[in-house]
Amino acid sequence: MLTVTGLCKTLPGVRALSEVDFTARAGEVHALVGENGAGKSTLIKVLTGVYQPDAGEMTHDGAPVRFATPSQAQQAGISTIYQEVNLVPLMSVARNLFLGREPRGRLGLIDFRRMHREAEETLRGLGIRVDVRRPLRELGVGAQQMIALARAVAVDARVLIMDEPTSSLEPREVRTLFGVIRTLRERGIAVVYVSHRMDELYEICDAVTVLRDGRVVHTGPLAELDRLRLVALMLGREIGEVRREGLTKFTGSRDTTAPPVLVAENLRVRQRLHDVSVSLRPGEVVGLGGLLGSGRSETAKAVAGALPVDGGRIVVAGEPVRGGSTAAAIRAGVSLLPEDRKTEGIVPGLSVRENIALAALPGLSRFGLVDDARVDRIVDTFMKRLRIKAAGPHQKVGELSGGNQQKVLLARWLALHPKVLLLDEPTRGIDVGAKAEVQALVDELADDGLAVLLISSDTEELIEGSDRVVVLKDGAVVRELTGDAVTEEELMRAIAAVPAGGHDD
Amino acid sequence: MTTDTGEATMRKEIPAAQAGDEPAGPSRAERLSALAQQHGALVTLVIAMLTASLSFDTFLTGDNLENMALSSAFLAVVALGMTFVIVTGGIDLSVGSLFALGGVLAAWGSQYGTAVALLLPLVVCGLVGLVNGLLIARSGLAPFIVTLASMLGARGVLLALTDEGSRTYLVDKSAYFTKLGQSSLLGVGVPVWITLGLFVLGAVVLRRTRFGQYVYAVGGNEDAAALMGAPVARTKVAVYTVSGVCAGLAGALNAAWLLSGVTILGSGMELEAISAVVIGGTLLTGGFGFISGSLVGVALLKVIQNVINQIGSLDSAYQQVVSGAFLAVVVVAQTWLGRRRRVL
Repeated sequence: MLTVTGLCKTLPGVRALSEVDFTARAGEVHALVGENGAGKSTLIKVLTGVYQPDAGEMTHDGAPVRFATPSQAQQAGISTIYQEVNLVPLMSVARNLFLGREPRGRLGLIDFRRMHREAEETLRGLGIRVDVRRPLRELGVGAQQMIALARAVAVDARVLIMDEPTSSLEPREVRTLFGVIRTLRERGIAVVYVSHRMDELYEICDAVTVLRDGRVVHTGPLAELDRLRLVALMLGREIGEVRREGLTKFTGSRDTTAPPVLVAENLRVRQRLHDVSVSLRPGEVVGLGGLLGSGRSETAKAVAGALPVDGGRIVVAGEPVRGGSTAAAIRAGVSLLPEDRKTEGIVPGLSVRENIALAALPGLSRFGLVDDARVDRIVDTFMKRLRIKAAGPHQKVGELSGGNQQKVLLARWLALHPKVLLLDEPTRGIDVGAKAEVQALVDELADDGLAVLLISSDTEELIEGSDRVVVLKDGAVVRELTGDAVTEEELMRAIAAVPAGGHDD
Repeated sequence: MTTDTGEATMRKEIPAAQAGDEPAGPSRAERLSALAQQHGALVTLVIAMLTASLSFDTFLTGDNLENMALSSAFLAVVALGMTFVIVTGGIDLSVGSLFALGGVLAAWGSQYGTAVALLLPLVVCGLVGLVNGLLIARSGLAPFIVTLASMLGARGVLLALTDEGSRTYLVDKSAYFTKLGQSSLLGVGVPVWITLGLFVLGAVVLRRTRFGQYVYAVGGNEDAAALMGAPVARTKVAVYTVSGVCAGLAGALNAAWLLSGVTILGSGMELEAISAVVIGGTLLTGGFGFISGSLVGVALLKVIQNVINQIGSLDSAYQQVVSGAFLAVVVVAQTWLGRRRRVL
């Protein structure tokens, strides 16, 4: 259906794609995998007309094509579903579905009745039921994703490219999505599916192409490739190595019996948390497990004072801490590394040095004046200790890679000498290498006696990184996994034990 | 919900996407806040008019209403164009200057006949709007800066044309053009009828045409609109052109009414127009708004002005204080409602 051969693309500073051959066939779901920076996004952008290739041929339906803009690619029948839903939230479902091709009646005016009827028919054909008159933003992320999908199909897409479509979906929404994808496959649409999640790949994809450093390192049917081999291909490591080291960089578990440094009891937040209790001992990594929206981030935020609580008690090192105040939490020694580092953490325009020193400044200044020498010393220490790769302390943080940005944030909180560190998705969106480093760091910090609360959607990371795992479901603790029970299987079982929302495959 | 008609090809209704699983349909609070956002200005207008008519015998008289309508008409036409711009998430600061320029051009042109008097301001102001739009859409410059520049530029041209304001262009009284401002139909001034007509047209264009949908989409999420194949640049160019044309037309009508092109008019009018649009419920951040709201917004500003004029003892300068306070209240209420709706 859609074929590219010998594709090359150079982006400023990097050879993003070299000699890439790729074919999407009708009625096939083709997985496109590779670690961050392997060239997946670049390839997608070339296929959809966002980028122009430097060299190489592209044929669609047997005829050579070249797309100058995304809308040209769309007109040729190539649609893309992006990671974040790319629709207009304030407009109604039907208007989003039909933007640019609204049915028109007399005088060229839009025939809304027909538009609503057709929108309902289209969605029903895909097994989606929503009120098409409602503004899109009133729908859940999953439903919005379905609408984006429906739009892509409705514009007569022949090739559908999905870039991590499940990254913000809950398991049951993922299942709906897969149902739709299967329908599309039966209709003879070529689907290109990009995801990091192994389970999903093996569930839905027929073929796979692995990219590494801008080159195709493997392409063929997915069923012939076992998981370990696939990971090895992506990482460029030998299988033995993967097996020996495990898939993450965490070392074994620690066993501590020291009294807890953090005790949070019966935290209550209206509609979000129902009597959640967590305790952390020094030198211990406790994982918070559960699905998206189960109250993991809310728990961390409540402990850090970033979310006002309606009830409950937080005690740090024997001292009660006033809830709902981040300043009080920081003084008590609780630091939170938030989930969304772009909006809640990093100041991209400031230097590495300034970003690290930001939270520690009050303690580093005398009479309101900052002691520069001390700041330099601290910044230097942490840049070395966390192995932050930057041109120097004065480089802007916005220019660093995601992994290094995360380390800068970590340094900012460590500079406060916290007793308790709350990490919300510390490795999301950073490449595999940096991920391993951050994971190793978390281990080191715990070995140094810090109490760490780890939240991660990456089950492997959660299981291998944590000494204990507290499992949340709908804002309440459903189970605590300890010792030998800290396994992926047990975690799944704990989550699935509650009706509705269990992952049954 | 959906009615069960049509093909039974795909009947696997997968529960995950059912609306019932969503955080419920619009709750009562949500609906109320949506209603408040849409009709808050109208309710306030009715209350203000009721209060005013009970307080002053002179308020609810034919003469007073007619005067108010007539003096609102010009601002309303400017606000109409502004609504399109603001719904795309932009702003147009040049309309005040273009309004004055349009008036002077119409007055000067009236000696060559009605067609020139009417078309000259429309074409010139439309061109300025077009340039605004091209700079904003194609060069990616900030609307605030671009239209600020053309506001200063147009003001400069105006000063040059009138020898720094010392020369006044009078409208040729014999021209048919004066009828557009002077005569009335069914006891209501022609400018008012023209304004109402334009608002009906504007509402249809914004709500019922594909272009209108693009305007909302560009303001709601520009990147998404582009990815969905909407002509983002063209839409932006169009709204600034419309805004320029509206300002020019308003200026021309104003000149026909005053029988001269007055330079000092129109300064600060851009801000009044923006206030009216925002008071009318259109979000300054774009993506949401309506034409009728802007008309209500203009009416509300004028009623406040009128009431303060009626209170003889109060300095008319206070009118601006009240309008300003009112605008602040509206923006705060909008933000509050917006936040509330997002949380629910």
